[in-house]
Amino acid sequence: MSLTLEQVQRIAHLARIEVSESEALTTQGHLNGIFELIEQMQAVDTRGVEPMAHAQDVSQRLRDDIVSEADRRAAFQAVAPETEAGLYLVPKVIE
Amino acid sequence: MIHASLKQLSQALAAKQISSVELSTLFLDRIERLNPQINALVTVDRERTLNAARAADARIAAGTAGPLTGIPIAQKDIFCAEGWRTTCGSKMLANFVSPYDATVIRKMEAEAGLVSLGKTNMDEFAMGSSNETSFFGPVRNPWDNARVPGGSSGGSAAAVAARLAPAATGTDTGGSIRQPAALCNLTGLKPTYGVVSRYGMIAFASSLDQAGPMAASAEDCALLLNTMAGFDERDSTSLDRPQEDYARDLDKPLAGLRIGLPKEFFGEGCDAEVMAAVRAAIAEYEKLGAQIVDVSLPNSHLSVPAYYVIAPAEASSNLSRFDGVRYGYRAPEYDSLDDMYMKSRAQGFGAEVKRRILIGTYVLSHGYYDAYYLQAQRIRRLIANDFVEAFKSCDVIMGPTSPSTAFKLGEKAADPVQMYLSDIYTIAVNLAGLPGMSVPCGFVGGLPVGLQLVGNYFAEAQLLNVAHRYQQATDWHQRRPAGIE
Repeated sequence: MSLTLEQVQRIAHLARIEVSESEALTTQGHLNGIFELIEQMQAVDTRGVEPMAHAQDVSQRLRDDIVSEADRRAAFQAVAPETEAGLYLVPKVIE
Repeated sequence: MIHASLKQLSQALAAKQISSVELSTLFLDRIERLNPQINALVTVDRERTLNAARAADARIAAGTAGPLTGIPIAQKDIFCAEGWRTTCGSKMLANFVSPYDATVIRKMEAEAGLVSLGKTNMDEFAMGSSNETSFFGPVRNPWDNARVPGGSSGGSAAAVAARLAPAATGTDTGGSIRQPAALCNLTGLKPTYGVVSRYGMIAFASSLDQAGPMAASAEDCALLLNTMAGFDERDSTSLDRPQEDYARDLDKPLAGLRIGLPKEFFGEGCDAEVMAAVRAAIAEYEKLGAQIVDVSLPNSHLSVPAYYVIAPAEASSNLSRFDGVRYGYRAPEYDSLDDMYMKSRAQGFGAEVKRRILIGTYVLSHGYYDAYYLQAQRIRRLIANDFVEAFKSCDVIMGPTSPSTAFKLGEKAADPVQMYLSDIYTIAVNLAGLPGMSVPCGFVGGLPVGLQLVGNYFAEAQLLNVAHRYQQATDWHQRRPAGIE
């Protein structure tokens, strides 16, 4: 398998990372080298093998639906790039 | 005092031979003097550290101290610590001052009374094996400043090796505690997945990430793990198990211990002199009464390929939170919301992090998920099953931690695949979720070699015992780099 330049640019767009034409070329070379390594997996017959997501096969714990945390909005928003009146500011999405 | 074990420091503090303020000042002064040369710490806050030391001294005076109260420690900069800048080695978080504590920090500081000396340098978002991907510049190996300390916990390893701290925390997703421990002559332990809480530990690959101690000896690691481990309801994968004393079995004799040697760890791919040091360590274990058993991990050659699907897939999801909205870097100029995301992430992440996000995005994308992600998870099962089978005939598995000693800065930086292969012996252990250690076992050309120990699930106390008995019989772990008096 080999990724085309267009595929690299499409993946970068999906990941919301801007890449220039020249960065895309370098990235294409690196990614194809890495996928060559990854392709070794394809030779293995894994039919009937249960996929393993976690080392211990535990199920998700559920907690009671109650308020357990104090309101620390001011402290959490102090690290945001831009806020106003308790809201996060981003560029206008709808005209 | 700078070479004292944690037990000796604990005794000195309890006997009032030294105060925590004095001890912390000793290490802060060393950091000020020596850190510019090796770049092991990225954030130091003398006042904050001394305040914590004063509080520890008060606990000691009041008789409410624990065994490690007042002992200074360096924290990997992946752990959120309230009021401390927490960068994860990235421009993305270069100005992030955490509003809360990771559970590991809370347990070590508030409960155990350890005193944080500062935050250690690391590969960006823990993605790297040489500490060269850090936004804050590479860390230099105290054994040879032209060489890397390993990664991703390279700053922690270099800090302890240069005695800028008596011990440090690390995290290990594919070898990031064990490989730098090996390259800097330290003892490092990655616990069973789920033993140490991941809450507040900035996520890389959530099904693999696990925190653990890095120190001069197995005994030090046991005492530290006692403060780090434990169930945490804030981490959904934390395991609810009874508290253990990980130092309880340190002195148990090794007679009858069955050491499994996987033939896959002793084939080609490893430097011959590194292999000779590992074999000599195994011979020492035979003298201590252990028996050697041949075992096999037939799918271990698939661990690097499977890891480079699973870890980037999880990373691409975890790192989607860095969008320039709620915290972290925002590009100065953009012309729409989408453009702000694209530019903030392009400028805030380094090259290796971007590569892994792109791999992860691709393997999770429509039409490729089954061929890559599911296939990797199936192979993960095969790798874990190999260990289960091997542990039917042995108690502990041994082999090299790293296929080579510390390599030169820049040597592998241009070729991601070569860099990835420096973790060929450690990654399978993360995929299986098992506990693993690296223990100093010799030198090649003046550079340290690490012996890797892999235990069965929850066998941390046994691994620490196996490492400790070896360290009673050998002095490799006590060797110091030139100039570290």
